[in-house]
Amino acid sequence: MIVSQRAWAPPVRDGLGVGVAAGFAGLAFGTSAVTAGLSVAQASVLSVLAFTGASQFALVGVIAGGGNLAAGVVGAMLLGARNTLYGLRLADVLGWRGTRKIVATHGVIDESTAVALAQRDRDDARLGFATTAVTTFVCWNVTTVVGAVATGHVGDISALGLDAVVPAVFLALLWSRLRHGGRERWVALGGVAIALATTTFLPAGVPVLCAAIAALVATLAASTRPTETSGGT
Amino acid sequence: MSMWIAVLVTGVGCLLLKVVGMTAPRRLLDNPRIADFATIVPVALLAALIGLETFTSGQSLTVDVPRVAAVAAAAVALALRAPFLVVLLVAAATAAGLRAVGVG
Repeated sequence: MIVSQRAWAPPVRDGLGVGVAAGFAGLAFGTSAVTAGLSVAQASVLSVLAFTGASQFALVGVIAGGGNLAAGVVGAMLLGARNTLYGLRLADVLGWRGTRKIVATHGVIDESTAVALAQRDRDDARLGFATTAVTTFVCWNVTTVVGAVATGHVGDISALGLDAVVPAVFLALLWSRLRHGGRERWVALGGVAIALATTTFLPAGVPVLCAAIAALVATLAASTRPTETSGGT
Repeated sequence: MSMWIAVLVTGVGCLLLKVVGMTAPRRLLDNPRIADFATIVPVALLAALIGLETFTSGQSLTVDVPRVAAVAAAAVALALRAPFLVVLLVAAATAAGLRAVGVG
């Protein structure tokens, strides 16, 4: 998770801080998307509908690399499956029903999950989740448009270092998992190794999918040793 | 597949994945193998993305010094428990700064 939490921090302040930070990443997404060949409208539709940064960056990365669109879509969906897991947890934590639950569903992302799960009771969790989700949604979509439109007017995006923001976002998302334990680190190393080793001869987008093999191996290795407890969630 | 189709399928697909999680029967995660794979797979994918975004351009392996330095700086910032926004600013500033002085 990506938020350094203090137990006493009010959930609203956490939510606002995280949401504004995500807006900066949206700037990087807008520029990446247009540089890769998407229109401003396509970048915006993706940010509104998908509203999950890693998947959007993954798809755009494949397109930028001239890769197979279908592979890009599958890679984006595999990453988006994180949010399925978050939802399983959050459904219990938030305890919303009916319309509220439907609206909340679109707000299930790394950031809102992190803030919600860091709170001590249901009211704070709901407040933190809602603040983070709404702030992030607004900032992410506004900055997607700003980044996308600006790309046409700014000559050289790389001069601003925004290309380096993309891997930094992924690293920030991954960091707490890497601190977790050795198993996560081995899986991460395996994922990097597989992706870099296959990138020169497989179509763009496919190496990311191949990296999932590292996770599969780790799962199978763990299940052959049922007494060992895995690194948790 | 046209760009619009890719955008719409990804958008709707990612939205549906969220719906499944919020509405799924809890039994889905009762299979420990499925639960474990689902938990660990983002680690492999995110790591792969970091590697590709850092060390490739198109389909070739490259070492772009400012970009690699920026990711390293982001790692240092994370190790020092910097907030998310600070990490991103450190990465952008490192890459931009090195390019401004003619590195890479």
